[in-house]
Amino acid sequence: MLHTVNKSPFQNGTMESCLRCVNPGDAVLLLEDGVFGAVTGTSKTALIEEALKNAEVYALSADLKARALENIIPGIKVTDYAGFVDLVDQNKVHSWL
Amino acid sequence: MAEDIKKIMFTVRKAPHGSIYVYEGLEVKLIMAAYDADISVVFMDDGVFALKDGQNTAELGIKGFAATYGVMVDYEISKIYVDRKSMEDRGMTENDLLVIGEDEDTEEPIKPTVIETDQIGPMMAEQHNILCF
Repeated sequence: MLHTVNKSPFQNGTMESCLRCVNPGDAVLLLEDGVFGAVTGTSKTALIEEALKNAEVYALSADLKARALENIIPGIKVTDYAGFVDLVDQNKVHSWL
Repeated sequence: MAEDIKKIMFTVRKAPHGSIYVYEGLEVKLIMAAYDADISVVFMDDGVFALKDGQNTAELGIKGFAATYGVMVDYEISKIYVDRKSMEDRGMTENDLLVIGEDEDTEEPIKPTVIETDQIGPMMAEQHNILCF
């Protein structure tokens, strides 16, 4: 199952709520303002690191580049739009809007 | 046939009245229920405020929808769950929850079912579709 998060974790609790509900083996895709959660060294980094222990976490490259985000948390897979499409094709999707 | 029935979960994560999301979500639930779908609804985050008993929107000049929740069971939507952690974070207890219908036989009031967060992920995994309001 794929969970998508498009809100900044510094703005509201969507990412945290999502990560509380992730099943082992699920995929989480951070996109739009959700990619602010992909950066290492923030107050939210530990949440993603915990999720990476039993789930796949992706971040959308176009949104990372647009926001000049580097130093992505090790283990996060950076993906492009084609990868996004593949994830949607391979999984049931829950958009955490 | 039972195996053809779609399992559809609604997640309600926004507070009522400040935006139209919760109201629109309720409309969609009632429509979907008419199609014999297996509907479940999970209230979490600020969505738990939508289940607070005693909401009165008269002075806002809008029609409240809490009364509609009171007949959810009549629409055969009885799988209504509320996340315990979200309630506790917001100072709510089971006593604060509104009634969503009554038992056909005993006429006992039915309230939403309080669940733990770690039950929500597995429930999501069983669904055909999940809609977020």
